[in-house]
Amino acid sequence: MSEQTTNTQRPDPAAAPSGDNGDWAIELEKINKSFGPVHANKDIDLKVKRGTIHGIVGENGAGKSTLMSILYGFYTADSGTIRVNGVPHAITDSRHALALGIGMVHQHFMLVDNMTVLENVVLGAEDSPLLNKTLAHARSQLVELGREYSLEVDPDALIENISVGQQQRVEILKALFRGADTLILDEPTGVLTPAEADHLFRVLETLRAEGKTVILITHKLREIMAITDEVSVMRGGEMVETLKTSETNPEELAELMVGRRVLLRVEKEPANPGDIVLEVENLSVTDRMGVQRVKSVSFSVRAGEIVGIAGVAGNGQTELLEAISGIADPTSGVVKIKGKPLDIRGDDGAARARRAGMAHVPEDRHRMGLVTTFEEWENSILGYETYPDYGKGMILDIAAAQKEAQRRIEMFDIRPDNIRLRTANFSGGNQQKIVLAREMDRELEVLVVGQPTRGVDIGAIEFIHKQIIKMRDAGKAVLLVSVELDEIRSLSDRILVMFDGHIVGEADPETANESELGMMMAGMNQKEAAQ
Amino acid sequence: MSVRRPLPRWADIVLLPAINLAMAFLISGMVVLMIGENPLEAVQVILYGAFGYGDGVGYTLYYATNFVFAGLAFAIAAHAGLFNIGGNGQAYVAGLGAILVGLALDQTHWLIVMPLAMLAAGAVGGFWALIPGYLQAKRGSHVVITTIMFNFIAAALMVYMVNRVLKPNNTMAPESETLDVMGRVPQLREFIPYFGYSPVNLTIVVAVAFLVLAYILIWHTKLGYQLRTLGQNPVASKYAGMSNSRLIMIAMTLSGACAGMIAINEVMGVQHRLVLDFVADAGFVGIAVALIGRNHPIGIGLAAILFGALYQGGQELQFVIPAVTREMIEVIQALIILFTGAMEGLFRPALERGFVLLSLEQKAEATARATVDSES
Repeated sequence: MSEQTTNTQRPDPAAAPSGDNGDWAIELEKINKSFGPVHANKDIDLKVKRGTIHGIVGENGAGKSTLMSILYGFYTADSGTIRVNGVPHAITDSRHALALGIGMVHQHFMLVDNMTVLENVVLGAEDSPLLNKTLAHARSQLVELGREYSLEVDPDALIENISVGQQQRVEILKALFRGADTLILDEPTGVLTPAEADHLFRVLETLRAEGKTVILITHKLREIMAITDEVSVMRGGEMVETLKTSETNPEELAELMVGRRVLLRVEKEPANPGDIVLEVENLSVTDRMGVQRVKSVSFSVRAGEIVGIAGVAGNGQTELLEAISGIADPTSGVVKIKGKPLDIRGDDGAARARRAGMAHVPEDRHRMGLVTTFEEWENSILGYETYPDYGKGMILDIAAAQKEAQRRIEMFDIRPDNIRLRTANFSGGNQQKIVLAREMDRELEVLVVGQPTRGVDIGAIEFIHKQIIKMRDAGKAVLLVSVELDEIRSLSDRILVMFDGHIVGEADPETANESELGMMMAGMNQKEAAQ
Repeated sequence: MSVRRPLPRWADIVLLPAINLAMAFLISGMVVLMIGENPLEAVQVILYGAFGYGDGVGYTLYYATNFVFAGLAFAIAAHAGLFNIGGNGQAYVAGLGAILVGLALDQTHWLIVMPLAMLAAGAVGGFWALIPGYLQAKRGSHVVITTIMFNFIAAALMVYMVNRVLKPNNTMAPESETLDVMGRVPQLREFIPYFGYSPVNLTIVVAVAFLVLAYILIWHTKLGYQLRTLGQNPVASKYAGMSNSRLIMIAMTLSGACAGMIAINEVMGVQHRLVLDFVADAGFVGIAVALIGRNHPIGIGLAAILFGALYQGGQELQFVIPAVTREMIEVIQALIILFTGAMEGLFRPALERGFVLLSLEQKAEATARATVDSES
C-alpha cells in the first residue's frame, strides 16, 4: 500500500501557520488509513491544545492506536494532513516524530531488561561512538528531569530489578530526554497499582503545568474524568465527538463509545452463600525459574458466592489460577471440591479438575483458552472432547459437537453466528463468549474466571458480567481474578487481595474504600491499610 | 509498508504449490537449456516415461507407494506440531520386523505373512520413533535433533544386523535370505498384465487405505482432535487437560509405524530380502511430499504420484537423453524440494499483496460487514 499517494506534504493554504493557530500542539485533518478492506481511520479530525491533557477513548478496534501510530510515524496515513505546532509535516518514522517533539509511551514497554535505566534512556540517542560522554551528560539531565517532574529513578538500577511503575517512569523519561513536548501515553495505568496510577496522574499534571501536551489513550472512563481537559471519542474508525471533560459524564462517554446506552453498574441481588464448595489449603506454587509465586495461600468459596481476587498483575494470581485448575503443579497444598481433595497434579491434571466439576475461563484466551486456528465449533469442545456427548468411542461425533456449538452461539449471542469460521476471525469479545459458553453451559460446581473482560468491548463486558452473576445465582461457587479493581468491586461478594504470592487481606466490596484496597494491593497488610 | 492478510484457502492449498512447482520446472528447464538440450523434449520424455506405458505407470506407482507412507508419517507428526525427519531411519529398521516375520512364516501364505509383517514393521518403526518422542516428552530433547541422530543409528544398526545376523553364512552379498514365493506380497502384474515388469505390488492398496485412515484419524477421531490441538497450541492442550507428553509419544509412534510400511513395499513386495539401504532416501522425499501436499491425505496422494513420476520419468530421461545425467535428475528433484519445501513461502507475500489489491474492489462491502461485526 506504500505506493498509494500521501498528500501529507501538501501544505494547506487555508491553515497556514499564523497567530491564531499557535494554540494547537497537534492538528490532524481528514486522516484516512486502511488495512486491506478494513478502514481503520475514516476522515479523522483531531486538534490538541498545547499545555492540556487530551483523552482519547474508544472500544478496542475503534482506531485509537492506529491514529496515534500515524502521529508517531509507525504508519503513514493514506491521506490527510498532520500539523505540529501549526506546521504541516509528513511524519515518516518515529525518529522524525521525536525530532518534532512527539514522544510515545507504549502499553508494552520498549525497554531492555538487562540494561540500566541510564543505558535505556540513551539507547538510540547516543551522540558519539564512545558512550561515556553521552552517559555523563544523560546522567545529570536525568537527575534534573527526575526532580523537575517528580520522576525519580535510580539511573544505575537494572530494568529487571525495578517495579513496573518505575519502568513506566523510565519510558516517560526517555521521551522527555529526547526533548518531547507532546507525550502520547497508551493505556498507561493497565499495569499500575492505584497508588502508582495516582502518582502518574500527578506527574502528568506537572507536565501540563510545565506547558507540555499530553495525549492519553485509555478505556477507563474514570481516569478520563479525573485528569483530562478535553476528551475525544472514537467509534468504528471515526471520530465521534470531542468534548470538554468538565461538560460531560461517564454515562455520556460510554454511550458515545458504544453507540447505545450501556449500564456501567452491574445490577445484582445480595448473595445467598451456601455450603463451602471450593477449598484451597496452604497452596504454594514455584515457577520454572525456581521463584515461589504463590506462598501458602488458603481460602474457600461457598456455593452462590463470587469471591474476587484483587491485585496488581504479576503477584501470583496467574500461578494460583493455573494450580487450582490443574494446569501447573503446586509444590504443596490441597484443593478440595465439596470436601473431596482433587488430584490436580500431573500432565493431565486439568482434565481431572474438569471432571470434578471445575470450569475454568483462563486469563489469556489467545494463549490458553482457544486454539485460534480452529473453527469455532472445534473450540466449543476443547477440554471436553473425550466426553460421551461427542461420541462414545474413539470417533468424534462432529454433528453433535456442531449442533451444540450452534445452540451456544444463539444462547450467548456470538457474532458472526458461523460455527465454521476460524476462531481468529472473531472479535475479542466474541472469542471470550466462545470460552464462556463452553465453560458455563454444562454441569459444574465451581467456575474459575481469570480476567473475564480483558480486551473486550464495553457492550460485551455488560453481557459477560451478567452471565457470571447468573452462575452465582444458580448456586455455583465463582472465583474471579481480575486486575481491574472496578470489576472486582462490582462483581464480588467478598474480595481477597493478593500481593507477592500472599493473600494480604479480605474486604467487603460494599464497605471497602478504594485507598484501603489500593494500599493492600501495594503490599501493606490490612491493619496498616485501614489506618 | 505493505499490507498482508492470510490467503484464501484455495490459494493456499492449490495456487501457491502450483506456482512453486512451476518455478521449479522453469528453472529446471533453464538448466536443461544450458547443457544444450531441449527442455520441452525433456518434459515430453519424463511424461511419457512416467505415464506413457504400462511399465512406466507401474514404476511411478511403486515409487509413489513409498512416498505416500513417508509423506503420511511426516504429516501425522506435523499435525501434532512435531517435525519428524527420521522417517528414513524408522522405515529402515522396520525392515527388520518385516523380514523376521517374513522368513519365519514364508512357507504359509502371503495372506498370513503380509498382515503380520505389517504389524511387525509398524511396531519396530513405531518404536524407533517412540524413543525420540519419549526423549522430547519427558526430557525435552527436540525431535528434530534426535530423529536425525536416529537415522544414523539406524543405518549403523542395520549394517550390523544384515552382515552379522541375517546374512547366510554361504554368501558374500550383504543381504538376508530370500523369502519363499509363498510369503511374498503379490505383484499387481500377476492380475493386471498392463504393468509389464514393473514392481508395483499390493502394498499400494495398503497405501490408499492408509490415506483414508489418516484422514479419519486426524479429522474424525478424538485422538486426532487432541493431536491437532497439541500441534496448534500446546498451552491450550495443557489447559484442556490433555497429556501433552502422552500425545507426543503417540504421535511419534503412529508416525514411525506409518514410515515402517515402506519396508512392506520394498522388503516384502520388491526385494524379497533385506538389503542395505533399501529405503533409498524415500523417507526424506516424504518431507517434501507432505509439504507440497499441505499435510492433507489428498495432497499427499497427489504429491506422491508427482514425485513417483519424477523418479520414474527421470530414469527414462537419462536413458533417452544421455547428456542429462543422473546428477541432473537429482538437481531437478532438489529444485522441486527447494521451491516447495525450503522456499515454500517465497511467493506468499507477493500473492497476499495481489489478493489484497484484488479485494479492494470488494472493500466497501467488506467494510460494511466489518462494521456490523464490530457492533456485536
